[in-house]
Amino acid sequence: MVLDSVILSRMLTSTTLAFHIIFATIGVGVPVMISIAEFMGIKRNDPHYLLLARRWARGFTITVAVGVVTGTAIGLQLSLLWPSFMQVAGQVIALPLFMETFAFFFEAIFLGIYLYTWDRFKNKWIHWLLTIPVMIGSSASALFITTVNAFMNTPQGFELENGKAINIDPIAAMLNPATPTKVFHVLTTAYLTSALILAAITAFAILRKKGGDYHKKALRLTMVSALIFAFGSALAGDLSAKFLAEYQPEKLAAAEWHFESEENADLIVFGTLDENNEVHNEIRLPGFLSFLAGSSFDTEVIGLNEFPEDERPPLWVHYLFDLMVSIGFYSIFIAGAFILFWKWKKRNEWNKGLLWGIVASGPLAMLAIEFGWIYAEVGRQPWILRGYMKVAEAATKADGVGLTFALFVGLYILLGILCVVVLIKMFKNKPAEAELEQRFPKKAS
Amino acid sequence: MSLEIVGITVLWIFLYGYLIVASIDFGAGFFAFYGRMKGKEHTLNVLISRYLSPVWEVTNVFFVFFFVGLVGFFPDAAYYYGTALLLPGSIAIILLAIRGSFYAFGNYGSKDNIVYLFLYGATGLLIPASLSTALTISEGGFLEEQGDKVVFLARELFTSPYSWSVVVLSIVSVLFISATFLTYYANRAGDMDSREELRRFSLFWSPPTILASLLVFVSLREHNPGHFNSAIEIWWMFGLSLVCFLGASFFIYRRRNFGLAFILVMQQFFFAFFGYGASHLPYILKPFITIETSVTNPTMGMALVVVFIAGLLLLIPSLYLLMRLFLFDADYVKGNK
Ligand code: HDD
Ligand code: HEM
Ligand code: HEM
Repeated sequence: MVLDSVILSRMLTSTTLAFHIIFATIGVGVPVMISIAEFMGIKRNDPHYLLLARRWARGFTITVAVGVVTGTAIGLQLSLLWPSFMQVAGQVIALPLFMETFAFFFEAIFLGIYLYTWDRFKNKWIHWLLTIPVMIGSSASALFITTVNAFMNTPQGFELENGKAINIDPIAAMLNPATPTKVFHVLTTAYLTSALILAAITAFAILRKKGGDYHKKALRLTMVSALIFAFGSALAGDLSAKFLAEYQPEKLAAAEWHFESEENADLIVFGTLDENNEVHNEIRLPGFLSFLAGSSFDTEVIGLNEFPEDERPPLWVHYLFDLMVSIGFYSIFIAGAFILFWKWKKRNEWNKGLLWGIVASGPLAMLAIEFGWIYAEVGRQPWILRGYMKVAEAATKADGVGLTFALFVGLYILLGILCVVVLIKMFKNKPAEAELEQRFPKKAS
Repeated sequence: MSLEIVGITVLWIFLYGYLIVASIDFGAGFFAFYGRMKGKEHTLNVLISRYLSPVWEVTNVFFVFFFVGLVGFFPDAAYYYGTALLLPGSIAIILLAIRGSFYAFGNYGSKDNIVYLFLYGATGLLIPASLSTALTISEGGFLEEQGDKVVFLARELFTSPYSWSVVVLSIVSVLFISATFLTYYANRAGDMDSREELRRFSLFWSPPTILASLLVFVSLREHNPGHFNSAIEIWWMFGLSLVCFLGASFFIYRRRNFGLAFILVMQQFFFAFFGYGASHLPYILKPFITIETSVTNPTMGMALVVVFIAGLLLLIPSLYLLMRLFLFDADYVKGNK
């Protein structure tokens, strides 16, 4: 592999996005959890939930900052690294990008207000109401940017003539066939991941020092939310697969190592591939790929052999897909088990094994986000704009991409480490119990 | 009005907005560091953080809005600037990233970290310097098309008197705008110690602001006579700017009407910035792109304008609420809330 500017641009884009998406996911999901906690706190007049909302919000200030600066980086890098793509696609897809900035504005303004007005309103519900524009703003930014990504997968709303886009319909470009399932899946998984990360932190705290009521309530709240969002994610993932089968069959086929078009196609889970593209060591679920693709065992699933060789995505995305789906089922399992043990009195939902399982679910969910995106993006290869423009035609021709790449990797390592250090420091210096005592002296005796 | 004029006006207004709010932020970083060094942190820095904490993210969005809007209204700009500015652009992004995140780390996380504060102060001066070179480059003479490549002539930029005069102007303006705003803010907070300190800064940085602008004019005449002549045609814009500057300095000197003084500073920069922008037209990047040749297709242009209007309807009340709660609420400013 030569490190030309195409490869280097891809590496830099992938690194920036892989880093940004961690904070973006938290940015979309955590406001929802904060809102739920504050709602419960006011409704039940329970200082535990109010403190929960406060502490989550305090940690959130740090992750938002990293989300904002890395988002700014990727926004500028799109023009710096893919100038030809932006020149052509910008004519068609500028609208959602522009709308996204308004969503950012909306979120930024109300987040600023929310964080600094905890005790300012006599009526507590007014403060809670501020979470609504924050949630709308962050989920709307995810929505708009995802329509851009969806457009790259199933472009429509324009025609290409001599390298110029004509007959442009920006609304049709936004509402392309990939948009509904993609937006649905991106949002549900962001909520799921945030709930699981907060749950993981709580479970870890309980394991360390046998948390009191505060931690127990937090874990119940996050686990119930996680179960709901996990079902939503699985439903949305299933719809995404059906979308792929219809509009982007080569991506699904690559993920499933499905070479010949056939009905009653088997679902291949894990396994290995030899040089003749023969599958070994797999778990084979007969007919299930057809079922995944069309809710019926006799759906015909298009195989990879129908596509010219230079238009097939790399086959290693299979593992990413399988890992993502496995983590999805794991989330349902762990949240389901916790709730079952809690409702079914004979079992102890605070047993160590289960708590460690919850601790693992947070990082795993974040990994699933990464796997899912890498699958979705690499599965589109070699196209940047499917059917119209290949990645190699879109990259910058400037020198110095290598140096830029090195600089940014350094930056992300620095930001990643500092972010974790600052967060740990922030909560170590002020344990929940002490803060509860200080803020709500009467009730928390 | 034609689409390209609407587009560039919208973008210029937002860039102006960024100029003001970001200058306050950038300069505040420098003053915070200075305050720490002089052992005045308790008055100065608490004051600065009261203003900045709720609004810094909004400041950043102004910038995002500008470059997303530029690419949207004028996609060709993405191509030329994008290709040419890979390295300088990336360095500016890294500085912005360090600044933004370190602000949060320092302010919400570990309060007394001198390293964060130093980087926060230093980037406050480096970022305006590096961002202002994008305007310098737009004057032409620093990019060259070689085959299908657009090459950035870094050596020309570093040896150009014009380029350096713009850098000086940007840094001086940042400090001046920030000092006048913070003087007003300190005055509202009833924090007389800080106010006097900041008033001294304002007065200290006010003559250099005008000297630096004159320097830019002189070197522009050498570098790009066409632009210089168009600027002379609308000399009255720059005249008004000067009048506002004199008014602002007068009030600050007499310790009166600090609020009005800051509004005059805003107008000083408004007239200068729009005078500069208007005389720059029709070029976005001389000689490669003008607003007419690079504007997006009419359908997209219309859609962007519609979204822009809808967005403003959402934005203006929200911004008003933000200002009411954190800027015009005397109790908050004084630290009672
Ligand atoms: C916590 C994260 C997470 C979890 C548990 C799952 N996914 Fe996922 N998946 C994503 C996170 C994700 C994602 C990061 O949100 C992606 C990447 C691009 C996209 O649109 O969503 C994605 C993409 C994605 C795609 C490709 C869509 C496209 O390219 O248009 C399919 C077919 C699925 N997923 C299917 C599933 C199924 C059947 C799951 C079973 C439970 C599942 N996902 C769980
Ligand atoms: C206008 C928007 C976008 C552009 C121009 C773009 C372009 C690209 C390109 C060219 C690659 C390199 C592909 C490769 O290395 O094989 C890539 C990878 C990637 N993109 Fe996108 N993309 C966009 C939107 C998104 C969005 C919204 C996300 C979500 C966060 C995303 C996530 C990723 C990820 C995770 C990778 C890494 C894949 C890998 O490892 O190669 N992209 N993107
Ligand atoms: C090509 C892909 C992307 C681009 C160009 C991009 C651009 C940006 C920019 C410019 C910002 C900073 C905004 C500010 O100043 O406040 C940002 C932040 C943010 N982005 Fe991204 N983004 C991308 C992918 C994504 C995806 C896929 C999601 C959602 C799943 C997302 C969600 C967010 C959120 C919620 C924020 C607000 C900051 C936070 O709360 O952490 N972004 N993004």
